[in-house]
Amino acid sequence: MSQDPEIVFRTEGLTKTYQTGDVQVHALAGVDLTLYAAELTVLLGQSGSGKSTLLNILGGLDHPSKGRFWFKDRELTEASDRALTRYRRDHVGFVFQFYNLVPSLTARENVQLVTDVARAPMTPAEALDLVGLSHRMDHFPAQMSGGEQQRVAIARAIAKRPEVLLCDEPTGALDSKTGTQVLDTLRHVNEAFGTSTVVITHNAAIQGMAHRVIRLADGQIESVRVNDTRLAPADIVW
Amino acid sequence: MHALDRKLLRDFKRLWVQGLAIALVLAAGIAVILMSVGMSRALDDTRAAYYDTNRFAHVFASARRAPLSILPDLRAIEGVAQIEAQVRAYAVLDIPGRAKPATGLLISRPEGEAVLNIPLLRSGHWPETNSEVVVNRPFFDANGFALGDELSVNLNGRKRSLTISGTALSPEFVYTIGPGALMPQNETFGILWLTAEVMDASYGMSGAFNTLGLALLPRTSVAPVKAQVKAVLDPYGATTPQDRSGQQSNAFLDAEITQLRVLAYVLPPVFLLITVFLVSMVMSRIVQLERSEIGLMKAIGYTNLEIALHYLMLAGLIAALGVGIGWLAGSWLALAMARLYAQYFDFPFLVFGVPLSVYAWSAGIGVATTSLGALRAAFAAARLAPAVAMAPPAPPRFQTNLGDRAMAALHLSQPSRMILRALLRWPLRAGMTLLGMALAVAVLVASNFFPDAMEEIIDSAFYQSNRQDMLLLFDPSAPVSAVEDVRRLPGVMQVEPQQYYSARLINGPYEKLVPISSVSASADLARVVDGTGQAIAPDPSGVLLSDRLASALHVTVGDSITVSFESGLRETHQVPVTGVVTQFFGLGAYMDETALNRMFRQSPRLTNVNLTLADPGAAEEFESQIKDFPRLVATINMTENRQSFLDTLSQNILVVTTIYGILGTIITVGVAYNATRVQLSERARELASLRILGFSKGEVAYILAGEVLLLALIAQPVGWALGAGVASLMTSGFSSDLYAIPLVLEPGTFARASLIVLGAATVSVALVARRLNNLDLIAVMKTRE
Repeated sequence: MSQDPEIVFRTEGLTKTYQTGDVQVHALAGVDLTLYAAELTVLLGQSGSGKSTLLNILGGLDHPSKGRFWFKDRELTEASDRALTRYRRDHVGFVFQFYNLVPSLTARENVQLVTDVARAPMTPAEALDLVGLSHRMDHFPAQMSGGEQQRVAIARAIAKRPEVLLCDEPTGALDSKTGTQVLDTLRHVNEAFGTSTVVITHNAAIQGMAHRVIRLADGQIESVRVNDTRLAPADIVW
Repeated sequence: MHALDRKLLRDFKRLWVQGLAIALVLAAGIAVILMSVGMSRALDDTRAAYYDTNRFAHVFASARRAPLSILPDLRAIEGVAQIEAQVRAYAVLDIPGRAKPATGLLISRPEGEAVLNIPLLRSGHWPETNSEVVVNRPFFDANGFALGDELSVNLNGRKRSLTISGTALSPEFVYTIGPGALMPQNETFGILWLTAEVMDASYGMSGAFNTLGLALLPRTSVAPVKAQVKAVLDPYGATTPQDRSGQQSNAFLDAEITQLRVLAYVLPPVFLLITVFLVSMVMSRIVQLERSEIGLMKAIGYTNLEIALHYLMLAGLIAALGVGIGWLAGSWLALAMARLYAQYFDFPFLVFGVPLSVYAWSAGIGVATTSLGALRAAFAAARLAPAVAMAPPAPPRFQTNLGDRAMAALHLSQPSRMILRALLRWPLRAGMTLLGMALAVAVLVASNFFPDAMEEIIDSAFYQSNRQDMLLLFDPSAPVSAVEDVRRLPGVMQVEPQQYYSARLINGPYEKLVPISSVSASADLARVVDGTGQAIAPDPSGVLLSDRLASALHVTVGDSITVSFESGLRETHQVPVTGVVTQFFGLGAYMDETALNRMFRQSPRLTNVNLTLADPGAAEEFESQIKDFPRLVATINMTENRQSFLDTLSQNILVVTTIYGILGTIITVGVAYNATRVQLSERARELASLRILGFSKGEVAYILAGEVLLLALIAQPVGWALGAGVASLMTSGFSSDLYAIPLVLEPGTFARASLIVLGAATVSVALVARRLNNLDLIAVMKTRE
């Protein structure tokens, strides 16, 4: 990491409370966090630890109940829906556990969904080439393996050249071998484009590839650890 | 093409059966709009153009014999632009080689050019000599005439042979109907144009006229002109001048246009309402199913507006399909109507099809309808918070309530409980599905009652009231002994004399010009019959009115009305209304014959004779002799009248009931198929789970089909009631001075409607239930909802 790295995300006392029936659930209970440019961070925690909620707020999909957060110099805490839509469209790429590809569109067209509305995107072909799927461009999701589908999802996320890539359990639905391919793709994108990447997972094995590992438990940060030496995805086994 | 647009097209391709089922309902609405609105406008426009070009008069007047010297007085009436005076008379025609007599309306053709009601020459030339005649084209065609053919006309007692020199059409005779006829009979009724010289000489009309047409300046009020014309003509035996609404041909066109407009108000809203509901139901389900895709699109950065538009456009595709099919079907229906009009209405040019503007705004209505239906779903998609969208939806809340306690008390099986609970859980959807199918029943009831109504009309008008084989109209000067002369003709069985008088019935501001018929105590051939089939004799102290006439005059039994006779002695009497009777044709008024003669201080006389013939074989002999009967002005063959009415009706009723049967089926399939498909989509996991638990295919199909079929059953009585209401609305909408349609609702009408709807619902549900065979149990269990 370079000296004085640029800050991408900053949060102060971020809190999120859900009301489910008569029960109040504190998904986030005061999270103070800083994420840096070009950094690959792994957010680790059990299910229910609040990692998805944190990711959703950072990605502009949800509002915090309390606390504040910034993307670079811009405070997004009170941002309007319209502003958040703009923010997602211009700066954020998402990768989901279940890929969330549109089943009626081919790989190329799924990527095109993003390139149609982004400001300075790469072509769908370039993006798919980056994830090693140039030979599968005209296949529909149902014709591809889980790993391939997730790589299409990554291509879709990076096609807009986002500043941050937010990945919610990207290997959660995959076996070890295809999961490794996906992680390799994420690392490649992180290194080639300097895209800040946040990977949330409950799979502790993945933490070896991160620059930093943040553990969440009960909606709070339990620990932050910097990896001195990073594992290559190929060396990660689960 | 944008990826989102591609998704749109592929989604539509996947949903095409459901889309088509909805589009067909919409198409039915669009088609009816094109046909009813389009053709009413086409008819209106065609008529307006014809009237304009051929200067159809605004006011029509007649007198017994008025001198031409009063024309300047008439022309001087304020607001009168042009006038045309003619001599007209009915006459019996003898067509060579044909036994049957025909009746002609003879019209004098002025020396110069006609200025009003200008007849349009279709072939040949106008009469140049006194032995030439031009006949109306339909009469010419129906009799297979050729130019140069001859026919004999009984010109006021003198038979004269005339040569057909040409054919013509006139704006006065778009709907050409002879005296006493119910529909055009072109073979036995014709319009004949003769030189003024022949008419003047034959009818003693030299320097005089008996018919007058007046054109008015723009923005002239008609009523004062009519009053002044009447005042000028009164000394010469005038009848009350009529405006266009009282002109027979025009009145029939008005009635047809009104019928089409009533149709436009009643039917399309039903189809559009159902379309809104179906689109709403299906789109809501699609948005539910695509929650995660919506979440994804939001995550990517699509705006709420873009997402809402995406779903509105899916509805737009349904609209496009529906409008397309509706245009095709509507154009076809309009064409069929145009053909029918060509058969009954004599326009010099084709009735143009549907105006382009109607196509345009019907498409607008189609898009608005599906958009309205999709609005709720599109809003829901737009409002869905992205983080929530990505998570699976919460299971619907079921609560135990009164219904459950009832179900427990009834010891219903679990599948039956599932069906009932779903109904109670989504009462709005269940209610709309029920309403949709009820409307299908209603459409069928409201159309299927027509044959029964017609049967009642025919029975009442032909077999109860008017039982004569033939009606002979005589000149008022005919002696009463003519009855005996007719009786002596070969083949005649029964003869009854009768009197018709044209009279104005007045009750304060309400006024109607109608024929008053005399009814003798012993009348058997032309009777007045009430709703129960009982013959009624008018009370000698007053007048008996048909129900529509009584309501038009705002009078009931016991009220007194002013009767101003316009023929005979032309006296005015104050007469009590002694009875009201239900009638379907015309506005009838009846007086006791003896009382009438006493009122006029006259000995028995006649204006017409009703008769029956021994057998069809005798008809020919009778007909060949009646043609030369003195003082006879027209013959009306009631047997043929009856037959042509029945023929036309049976042909039209088959077409109409078929079309409405299709429309009812389309509604039912649209509702039942989509409701079941949405059910299958919502319950696929549930049903697959049941299959895994050991339920048979039949049991699972029961749960799927049960809800919609239960609703279909409940919809029947609702639909019957709605249909009866719509039918009653339609009968009152169709009612005019010319005719009325009775509301006759037989059990068979309801049964037929229910049979069609239940049948169509069962087939639709079965089509969806077949998909249960392809239920991939493992895949369904793995699918993340």
